[in-house]
Amino acid sequence: MTDSRPVLTMTGISKSFPGVRALHNVDFRLLPGEVHALMGENGAGKSTLIKVLTGVYGIDEGTVTLDGEQVAFNGPMQAAAAGVSTVYQEVNLCPNLSVAENIFIGREPRRLGAIPWGEVRRRARQLLARLDLDIDVTAPVGSFSLAVQQMVAIARAIDVQARVLILDEPTSSLDAGEVAQLFRIMRQLRDEGIAILFVTHFLDQVYGIADRITVLRNGALVGEYPIAELPQLALVEKMIGKELDVLELMEEHPRQSVTATEGGSPLVQVSQLGRRGSVAPFSLTINAGEVVGLAGLLGSGRTEVARLLFGADRADRGEVRVDGARTGLRNPVQAIEQGIGFCSENRRAEGIIADLSVRENMILAMQAARGWLRPIPRRRQDELVDRYIKALSIRPANPEMPVRNLSGGNQQKVLLARWLITEPRLLILDEPTRGIDIGAKAEIQKLVVQLSDGGMAVLFISAELEEVLRLSHRIVVMRDRQLVAQLDNDDTVDADRVMQTIASGTEREEASR
Amino acid sequence: MTSLPISAPSWAKLPRRHMPVLATLTLLLVMYGIGVSQYRAFSNVQVVFNVFIDNGFLLVIAVGMTFVILTGGIDLSVGSVAAMTAMVSAWLLQSGLPALPVLVIALLIGPTLGFLMGCAIHFFDIQPFIVTLAGMFFARGMCTFISDASIPITDGFWTTMSQYRIGDPRGNFVSISVLVAFAVVLIAAYVLAYTRLGRNVYAIGGNPQSALLMGLPVGRTRIAVYTISGLCAAIGGILLSFYTLSGAPLIAIGMELDVIAAVVIGGTVLTGGSGYIFGTVLGVLVLGVIQTLITFDGSLNSWWTKIVIGGLLFAFILLQRLIGIRYK
Repeated sequence: MTDSRPVLTMTGISKSFPGVRALHNVDFRLLPGEVHALMGENGAGKSTLIKVLTGVYGIDEGTVTLDGEQVAFNGPMQAAAAGVSTVYQEVNLCPNLSVAENIFIGREPRRLGAIPWGEVRRRARQLLARLDLDIDVTAPVGSFSLAVQQMVAIARAIDVQARVLILDEPTSSLDAGEVAQLFRIMRQLRDEGIAILFVTHFLDQVYGIADRITVLRNGALVGEYPIAELPQLALVEKMIGKELDVLELMEEHPRQSVTATEGGSPLVQVSQLGRRGSVAPFSLTINAGEVVGLAGLLGSGRTEVARLLFGADRADRGEVRVDGARTGLRNPVQAIEQGIGFCSENRRAEGIIADLSVRENMILAMQAARGWLRPIPRRRQDELVDRYIKALSIRPANPEMPVRNLSGGNQQKVLLARWLITEPRLLILDEPTRGIDIGAKAEIQKLVVQLSDGGMAVLFISAELEEVLRLSHRIVVMRDRQLVAQLDNDDTVDADRVMQTIASGTEREEASR
Repeated sequence: MTSLPISAPSWAKLPRRHMPVLATLTLLLVMYGIGVSQYRAFSNVQVVFNVFIDNGFLLVIAVGMTFVILTGGIDLSVGSVAAMTAMVSAWLLQSGLPALPVLVIALLIGPTLGFLMGCAIHFFDIQPFIVTLAGMFFARGMCTFISDASIPITDGFWTTMSQYRIGDPRGNFVSISVLVAFAVVLIAAYVLAYTRLGRNVYAIGGNPQSALLMGLPVGRTRIAVYTISGLCAAIGGILLSFYTLSGAPLIAIGMELDVIAAVVIGGTVLTGGSGYIFGTVLGVLVLGVIQTLITFDGSLNSWWTKIVIGGLLFAFILLQRLIGIRYK
C-alpha cells in the first residue's frame, strides 16, 4: 500500500483566525485505498484542516494537490465534484425528503428538464445495495435512525465518484452494532481504492480500522505513523504532548469497591416507574455516595430513565421516594428542589446557552432553584464561578467569555459546574464524556469519583462500557426500553459480561437486588 | 449482520405526509355534503364553478404563497401587490395605452418587487416577515399614490375577458380566469414535483443548513420563490381586475392573510418542507365553499366566514402539530 502515490497531499498548510493560529505548517498525505485516522485533542486543528481542504476556509499558506495537480476548492460542492466528499458528524440531510432524493438532490438526472423519479429510485437502490442497506428509498430520511441517515449521507458522498472520503466523527452517535456496519462499509470502500480520512475520538475504533495515523497537536503536525508502529499509549502521549498524570491516574485508579457504599442510606427509591411508549416500569434504588452506571445500546431507554428521574418527562405510573418520603417528580423544578441535577446528553440543544457567558451559564440552575425574584448577589456569583472554574480547570479561565467560544470538553465542564453549584444529592450525567477529548474526559471521570467520595449519588450514563465499569459501584443494564439487570460491580463483572447482558437480556437471577 | 434493523414503522411512512391533505379533502367533501343536504340549489354544478370563478385570483396567489411557505418563509405583500397591479393596469388603460403593453408592464411589477424582496431577505439575512411587510406597505402606498379613488376599466380586451363564458349547453360556465388559474396550478405542481428548482424549495424548507452543505443553490432558490410569489400576485391582480373591471386602492386588503390561511388549511406546514399544490387548491376551495354556504344561508353575516376560517386554521395547525410532520 505504501508504495502507491498519494492521491492527496497537503504541504505547509497554515491558517490563522483573528487571535488564533489554528494551523501552522502542517503536512498531510492520503494514499489511495487506506483508512487514515486524523487524531488530536479538541482544538488541535483537525476540523480546521478538513475545512481548509474542502474549501470552507481559504488557505493562508501552503498547497493542496489532488492527483498531482494543485487545487484550491471554493467550497464543499466544488471539492465533491473533484472527488473529495465529506460526511459530517451532524448528518446533513433534509429530513423531509426521501432517501433517494437526499442521495441525488443537486445532481439528479434530468429528461427534458424533468426529473425521472423512477430512475432516481432505481439508482438509489443500486447504490444502497452496494452498502448492503435494504431500506425503502421513498420514505423520508427523517423517519430512519441516525445510523441509517449516516449511511445515506455516505451513499450520497460516494456517488460522485469520490476518490477521497472524509468522515468527520461519523461514529459519535452510533451504537456498537452500527459502528460495525459502518466499518464494514469503510473497509469495502477502501478495498475499492477510495482513500478515507477518518476523524474520531474513540481510540479503540482507530485501532479497529485505520491503516495509518496522523497526529496533530495545537495546530501543528506531530507526525504520521503506520498503525502498527504506534501503540495506543504512545498515541495518547503524542496527542496530549506529555505523559498526562490524570491519564495514568485514571488507568491505575482502583475500581470503585462495592462494599464502600453498602452502608449508604437509600436516597432515591423508585418502584415500578414507567411511561408508556418511553420506558417499561422499572424499580431502582440509588444510595447516597453511590455511582450507578447505566449501560445499554443507543436507544435502549437510558436517556428516558434519566428524564423520568428528573421530571423532564412525566411518569404515567409508579412512585418515587426521596429520603423515604413519597414525592411526585412532575417537572424539573420539583426535581431540583429534591436535590436532583441533570446534565443532558445533548449539551448544545438542551444544556448550554451558547450566547451567555460562562458565569451566566453556571448560575442558571441555582438561580432557578432560588426563584427569579431573588437574584444571587454578584459577589456571591463571582465567588462560586471562580471556585468551579478552578476546581474543574475550565480553560480559558475567563468567567465573562461567551460559552460558544469554549471547546466541547470545557462546555461540558461548565454544564457540570451549573449543577454542582446547586449542590445536588443526586447528579444524573447523560453521556458527559461524549465527543470531548481524552484529557477532559479523564478529568470528568476523576471528578465523578471525587463527588461520590463526598457523598453525592451519581447516575452515570455512557455508551462506553469501559468508563461505566471503571466508575460505577453498580451497573444497571437497559435493553429495548426495559431495565433487564442490575449488576454489583465486583470482580465477576467485566465488559464481556455486561455485553452479554445487553445482548441477551438475561442476567436477572443472581445479580439483581 | 447483513443490514441494519430499520426503526421506522411501516404505517408511519406514507400516510403521514399525506394526512393533512386527506384531512382537507374530507373536510371539503363534508362541507359540500352539508350544503347539498341543506339547500336544494347547492347541488347545481354552477355552484362549484362559481366557487372557482369567485376565487380564481385567490388560487393563483395561493400557489405563489405555497412556494414561499415551503421554503419556510412568508410573503405578506401579495394582497397589496395584486391591488397595485390592478391599479396600474386601470391607470395605464385610462391614459390610453393599448391592452398588450399594459399587461406586460403590469405583470412585470410584481416579480420585480418580489425579486428585490428576495434579495433583501437573502443578502442581508433579514426576516421575510419584516421585508414583505415593508413591501406590503410600499405597494399599498403606491396604489393611493396613483389615485385615491377607484379607476374604472372600459378597455375592450378587459371587458371581453371579464364577460367571456366558457360553458356547456346546459348553461353552466366558467370564466377565463378559471382557466388561467388552472394553468398556473398545473405548471406550479409540475415545477415543484419534477424540477430541480422545485426540489430545492422542499430541501431548503426541510433544513436550510443541510441544503447549503449539500451544495444546493440556497440563495438563488430563495430569491426565486419570492419572485414567483410576486409573479403570482401580479397574475392574481390582473385576474382581480378582470373580475371587478376596475382598479381600487383599497381592494384586497388583508387578502394575504386569507391566502396564508388557505395554504395552511391545504396542509402546507408553516415551518416549511412539507405540502402540495393540490392541498392549496383544496384549501382555497374550503374557503370558497364556506363563503358559499354562508351566502346560501342568507341570515348569517359575512363575518361568519372569518370566524369559521379562524377556527379551521387553528384546528389544522393543531393537526399538523399532532401528526408531527416536522420530523426532527
